[in-house]
Amino acid sequence: MHKLTVAELSKGLKNKEFSSVELTEHFLNRIKVSDLNAFITVTDDLALVQAQAADAKIANGNAGILTGIPYAHKDIFCTKGVKTSAGSKILDPFISPYDATVSHKLNSADMIMLGKANMDELAMGSSNEKSFYGPVKNPWNKNKVPGGSSGGSAAAVAGRLSPFATGTDTGGSIRQPASLCGITGIKPTYGRVSRYGMIAYASSLDQGGPLTQTAQDAALVMNVMAGFDEKDSTSVDRAVPDYTQNLGNSIEGLKIGLPKEFFSEGLDSGVAEVVMAAVKEFEAMGASVQEISLPNSAHAIPTYYIVAPCECSSNLSRLDGVRYGYRCENPKDLEDLYLRSRSEGFGAEVKRRIMIGTYALSAGYYDAYYLKAQKVRHLISEDFKKAFQSVDVIMGPVSPTTAFDLGAFKDSVSMYLADIYTLSLNLAGLPGMSIPAGFSNNMPVGLQLIGNYWSEEMLLNAAHQFQGETDWHSRLPEGV
Amino acid sequence: MQRINSKVRPIGIRDCQKGCSMVWETVIGLEIHSQLKTKSKIFSGASTAFGATPNSQACAVDLGLPGVLPVLNKEVVKMAVTFGLAIDAKINKRSIFARKNYFYPDLPKGYQISQFELPIVGEGEIEISTGDGKVKKVGITRAHLEEDAGKSIHDLYDDYTAVDLNRAGTPLLEIVSDPDMSSAKEAVAYAKKIHALVQYIGICDGNMQEGSFRCDANVSIRKQGAEKLGTRAELKNINSFKFLEKAINLEVERQQDILEEGGSVVQETRLYDAVKNETRSMRSKEEANDYRYFPDPDLLPVDIDDELLEQIRSNLPELPTEKKQRFVSELGLSDYDAEVLTSQKAVADYFEAMLDVGADSKLSANWVMGELSAVLKKNQTDIENCPVSAQAFAELVMRIADDTISGKIAKDVFKAMWQGEGSADEIINSKGLKQMTDSGAIEGIIEKIIANNSAQVEQYKGGNTKLLGFFVGQVMKATQGKANPKQVNQLLNEKLS
Amino acid sequence: MSLSEQQVKEIAYLARLSVDDGEVEQTTAELNNILDLMADLAKIDTQGVSPMSHPLNMSQRLREDEVSEIDQSQEFLAIAPQTGKNHFLVPTVIE
Repeated sequence: MHKLTVAELSKGLKNKEFSSVELTEHFLNRIKVSDLNAFITVTDDLALVQAQAADAKIANGNAGILTGIPYAHKDIFCTKGVKTSAGSKILDPFISPYDATVSHKLNSADMIMLGKANMDELAMGSSNEKSFYGPVKNPWNKNKVPGGSSGGSAAAVAGRLSPFATGTDTGGSIRQPASLCGITGIKPTYGRVSRYGMIAYASSLDQGGPLTQTAQDAALVMNVMAGFDEKDSTSVDRAVPDYTQNLGNSIEGLKIGLPKEFFSEGLDSGVAEVVMAAVKEFEAMGASVQEISLPNSAHAIPTYYIVAPCECSSNLSRLDGVRYGYRCENPKDLEDLYLRSRSEGFGAEVKRRIMIGTYALSAGYYDAYYLKAQKVRHLISEDFKKAFQSVDVIMGPVSPTTAFDLGAFKDSVSMYLADIYTLSLNLAGLPGMSIPAGFSNNMPVGLQLIGNYWSEEMLLNAAHQFQGETDWHSRLPEGV
Repeated sequence: MQRINSKVRPIGIRDCQKGCSMVWETVIGLEIHSQLKTKSKIFSGASTAFGATPNSQACAVDLGLPGVLPVLNKEVVKMAVTFGLAIDAKINKRSIFARKNYFYPDLPKGYQISQFELPIVGEGEIEISTGDGKVKKVGITRAHLEEDAGKSIHDLYDDYTAVDLNRAGTPLLEIVSDPDMSSAKEAVAYAKKIHALVQYIGICDGNMQEGSFRCDANVSIRKQGAEKLGTRAELKNINSFKFLEKAINLEVERQQDILEEGGSVVQETRLYDAVKNETRSMRSKEEANDYRYFPDPDLLPVDIDDELLEQIRSNLPELPTEKKQRFVSELGLSDYDAEVLTSQKAVADYFEAMLDVGADSKLSANWVMGELSAVLKKNQTDIENCPVSAQAFAELVMRIADDTISGKIAKDVFKAMWQGEGSADEIINSKGLKQMTDSGAIEGIIEKIIANNSAQVEQYKGGNTKLLGFFVGQVMKATQGKANPKQVNQLLNEKLS
Repeated sequence: MSLSEQQVKEIAYLARLSVDDGEVEQTTAELNNILDLMADLAKIDTQGVSPMSHPLNMSQRLREDEVSEIDQSQEFLAIAPQTGKNHFLVPTVIE
């Protein structure tokens, strides 16, 4: 049962081949014996209650397409009555009193939440080694990282501990773990999915999206996750199409652009080979390929690592031990309360980024850092705008290498540099996908697809067509 | 050493011990925080009603729970623009919300959403009366929108500070004046003018006790004629105009003392203590504070289109200045009277309602500013709660105009109306207070009095003209006050000459 | 742009993070390492380029002035570290 996609599970439930309770129990058992550490909280009792309700609806003929389908929910989404930690000690005691809009939507579609997926603390990281709850293992090789920050979500799907998972992407946190774990992930256009209740890292970059086995599954879940939310000022009031409708369209004539900057030094040759082979596959389906240039790509790293820390340094000020979350023991005065709660509650990487952001916004440095970064951000956006005048979709690698070893990176900067291909997308607010494209050194390699604003349909269509011609997406890690 | 008569002492001249005299100039700017009287908060749908049980009006957004987001209240924008139009200011069609970052227990998010580089209202100005019949223009640098913080209560517990977040998120319009005021009196005049204006245009209830209208004063002094501004101190925790004046004067003295002793003024925030009547340095919660302002990424630029602007402009009530001019030019009122009647909207409304019913403008003006005002004050009531409606009061005034009763009798009638005894006419009739206007009858009474008081008549004719009052009094006594005073005077003069 | 240890302590305090004498050297080195990444930013020509604070070219939506929230104080106080008499409590603050 765990090898079935969401689409197949939906049919199976409808045809009464199995019940949602059976399905849920099956996954809960798998989770129980798993050593991937993909979950921070497993909500078994709640899940079974939800599954029973789903079965009742199915029996009555009131079911929707996704009724009774289990999923892993990244622990960055607030879930009412359920611990929401964002992978951090500072929120370890936090039982959210409200539901994120995305949580509410998934509940309303009668989906079954198996538990809250592990993640890099407060969404800062590319390896899921920075969680208060311990690192997550890559199901393809348990000595390696699954990627981050949605590492738990990706591992859960790759290890088939759940048929799909939710994630968030600020600088690549859906696409990169999807790539390293050999699954499909989509980061929608900024403003497509509500951020209300999604614990903020960098407000102008964050977007939530699904991690799934297939593009079709991603489309099914996008139909539920996407949509205008009046509680989120940055949510766009734009109709949500049925993302599954045009999956079957031919992609003949699709113009693909390959940024030359994405294929220069630093890219592992094995990864490059897989990516190029994947692109050839698209050509075989009738797409055309041309070289394009995104001249400001390299600047994405410093730009992102100023913008994101600046925004997060402010967003995380509310985690102060006063109204919720972790408070240090026996604070002797207010200063002590703040200093110790925050210093004890936050991990080292989070503290580093808060300090970088605080510095960059401080008097005398604002112009040189934050303001400058926002200008460069503009340039990066313009690069894409220009590129999309001549191509429909941009393709390239997601990560310069396949999954690296746990503990491989000793300093932050080396890991930051690996974000080179994914960051610029968030800065521009464009949608992007990662789909399994092959293997290098027995580890998965993802192909990145980048589309123009609101082109999720085109991306899902292209991905689906690719998945019709290849079977990378159905490969499973040993023992799954 | 020059002796200066303290009665004619100009502001700022002091004798110092050393036998010289330095002339100081005071420079004051006011920052006024005006709570906008919307139903819900600026960024959330929680209620702004005053006096609720602690934390019962603090929703998830106000509490700064992880993941919550702000959404802007339309009414707040309209109110800010209304204010901008009322002070003839530049309205910035695009304005940006920025985060002001600092840590304090009643600031849930660890930042206040405010406006920094691009406020919604730009430069404007307002006129104040400087008391000697002159007016002075005070510039307003800007007015911007921001959210209020919650309340920290230090005396609920011995070892703890208690935090109530009901107030967190209440919309504020911060009105910043240019440093144009040169005395505490001018500062108070300005503050009062703004206070009246924001109530006038319906954006704020002006309740200083409840904290809906708060004034902070930036005070500095410099040698008269100097160009550079002195170092300023910011005075906070002032919740009445009386205290504003006191606090500023105290501060000016304090700074003069420091400078005359050769010291220098420290830029700091000082709290005014009304009980001790002193200001003291605020223990730096904002010590070396770097607020790290940057545009709030959870909010988008506020763009005001022409349609909205026109809609607000057309809904603008007649502003006090326009109304005052109209009172002077169309109703023939004096400048002073027009100023008083238009200083509060409720008073202007009351007055105009009287005219609507047909009362004479000058007479109404006198009676509103005189007797009505006195009785309201005596009973500690404001005009909104006056038990006598404008229409009823107008009727009373019209009875004076048509000579039904005299002004003196009218005061008694008013007292009875206040007690709820009925309308002017009802009381006049039931108490038989109609004025005696029959000249013949009055003449008859006058003749009787003259006949009975020959001594006084002699003295009067002999030059003691003050005795007219005596005769008037006698006539009034004989007529129970009902004789028409004008006629009495006229006839007495005739008969006694 | 290199930070001194003193600066690092000041920045940490602004963010209410403590960096004690034992950690400051390492933290300073780490932060400077990250800041080196930014060094190139200064060289990029952004003459005439406006800053982009949002991917969306949109105006702020305005909501109607209506009360839509109910009293949830008991739920919110229930998850707080310390409360009393319907208030959130912190150690006494002297103003």
